[in-house]
Amino acid sequence: MKTAAAPAAAGNVLLYLNNVTVSFDGFKALDGLSLLVEQGELRTIIGPNGAGKTTMMDVVTGKTRPDMGEVYFRGTADLSRLDETAIANLGIGRKFQRPTVFENLTVFENLELALDDSRGTWRTLVSRLTPDRRDRIAAILARIGLGPHSRQLAGTLSHGQKQWLEIGMLLIHDRSLLLLDEPVAGMTDRETEETAALILDLARHRTIVVVEHDMAFVRSLGAKVTVLHEGSVLAEGSIDHVQNNPRVVEVYLGR
Amino acid sequence: MRARAAGYEPRRWGAAFWTRFLLCGAALVLAVPILNQAVAPDSPLAIPDYLVPLLGKYVCYALLAVSLDLIWGYAGILSLGQGAFFALGGYCMGMYLMRQIGSRGVYGNAELPDFMVFLNWKELPWFWWGFDHFAYAALMALLVPGLLAFVFGWLAFRSRVTGVYLSIITQAMTYALLLAFFRNDMGFGGNNGLTDYKDILGWDVHRPETRLALYVASVAALGLGFLVSRFITTSKLGRVLLAVRDAESRVRFLGYSVTGVKAFVFTVAAVLAGIAGALYVPQIGIINPSEFSPANSIEVAIWVSVGGRGTLVGAMVGAVLVNFFKTWLTSAAPEIWLFFLGLLFVLSTLVFPRGLVGLLARLGWKRPPRAAATIPAGKEA
Repeated sequence: MKTAAAPAAAGNVLLYLNNVTVSFDGFKALDGLSLLVEQGELRTIIGPNGAGKTTMMDVVTGKTRPDMGEVYFRGTADLSRLDETAIANLGIGRKFQRPTVFENLTVFENLELALDDSRGTWRTLVSRLTPDRRDRIAAILARIGLGPHSRQLAGTLSHGQKQWLEIGMLLIHDRSLLLLDEPVAGMTDRETEETAALILDLARHRTIVVVEHDMAFVRSLGAKVTVLHEGSVLAEGSIDHVQNNPRVVEVYLGR
Repeated sequence: MRARAAGYEPRRWGAAFWTRFLLCGAALVLAVPILNQAVAPDSPLAIPDYLVPLLGKYVCYALLAVSLDLIWGYAGILSLGQGAFFALGGYCMGMYLMRQIGSRGVYGNAELPDFMVFLNWKELPWFWWGFDHFAYAALMALLVPGLLAFVFGWLAFRSRVTGVYLSIITQAMTYALLLAFFRNDMGFGGNNGLTDYKDILGWDVHRPETRLALYVASVAALGLGFLVSRFITTSKLGRVLLAVRDAESRVRFLGYSVTGVKAFVFTVAAVLAGIAGALYVPQIGIINPSEFSPANSIEVAIWVSVGGRGTLVGAMVGAVLVNFFKTWLTSAAPEIWLFFLGLLFVLSTLVFPRGLVGLLARLGWKRPPRAAATIPAGKEA
């Protein structure tokens, strides 16, 4: 086992995955995946179904333990040893592929739970909804365009609105690393454009990793692209660079 | 106002609530003593002495139902062992009452309860020490269920035991306690349990005044338990609990400790159940291992589901109604009681899944519970 010293020396690297392998019943979902994401970077990850994109996010957020390999955050935090709660509290936020909001809570309450407050059980029990907290929620509501729906149960929102609410929940808790799994799935073209603008705006202050199928959307983000295939990195570079890579064309774009 | 601008209404503890709460409380506290003491015994409204402990029992059951609703209706933890905490609280009170018998037992031993003399024990076991003091026994009635629930809950929730698996291990827990308490050498009276009580705090447990006082104490405990539960469910933690109920793993990714939140509410519920048990025993006059029976705990789940889980009022109403029918039917037509109970459970699942309170809500009489009956969102995420 390598010590934490190696990734720490990498300097500006926020997220460090080295030779990560995860297998389910013999199927290698990740096969020696190595990936570096720098502080402040916006990165898009593409790849055909089963390439390991979601598993990669599961490993980073503590949902899945890697069988092998290293996963470090800020060079010092060994994510392969922490659980979901601890990792979330390090400042890593995640948006799921299928929008997962709390359907029996109102839009307002969903955002309230995501507020950047103490997560302790006792502190949560005695937490008051101060004017300051209300203002922060109101600001996010305005930003994600759900102001008129704040008292509505989140389960009654449209698919796109749920996606936005989930993004709002990431926004209100100022995370340093956001992992977005297919943030525009099921969105209309206009919603997709708005989401791209929102992500670009967010990326000015934090590190974001986006997994996406929609090539037009990936192009509109104009960020560095990593192509995954069968659990490891196939190619990396600008969108034009990877789209012209013959191997990428063969396994992904060409189909 | 800014509060209005955000479209949020936190006035759950306003004057309207307190008025209703105090009116209901006063009605429960005053009606029974007045109808028992001040009304002529031949009046149709009069409550005869023998009914007072029965009403007290219903009130204790209502508190037990609230405790289960707190974890089941709000946090999705279907404990089928809630009766174990109730019985443990009851045993703590029973031990105090046994020590109060003193030399008035059959064997006239001032130090040892009858069953210990019968077993030829020479001295009081260490775990009986202190139970001659009411305050100590009362404290234990809170601590013993609370501590067991915390340890059990922490281990189960940390290992992410949920859903039907959790229900099964809570059944196993109460069954294990049932078997343990059956054993004579456990030192809790074995099969017969603890009974033949004489005094509580110097008052004869059989006197009508004492029984009225115990009834009033039970109503006070129910009121307090209701307020505590309501405080939890209307707090931000209450919203976290609903979130855990519907999408547990999603809550983890927000940074909340699901283990901590669940262990907390499980412990609070066990303490409430313990209080209910401690008040139940002096009114019933006996505590024995049958209180640990798994079927008892399942019945509590039926009360809650009939009344409407996810609403504290529903749990109380369900407990009182089902037990009223139980009292009536087990004397009028004992053979059909179990069929009736089974039918109730089927009906409450199929026809009115949100219970009586949900039914009233559908008829527009009451605010609906928060989708208490929704099937928790899948294990995805």
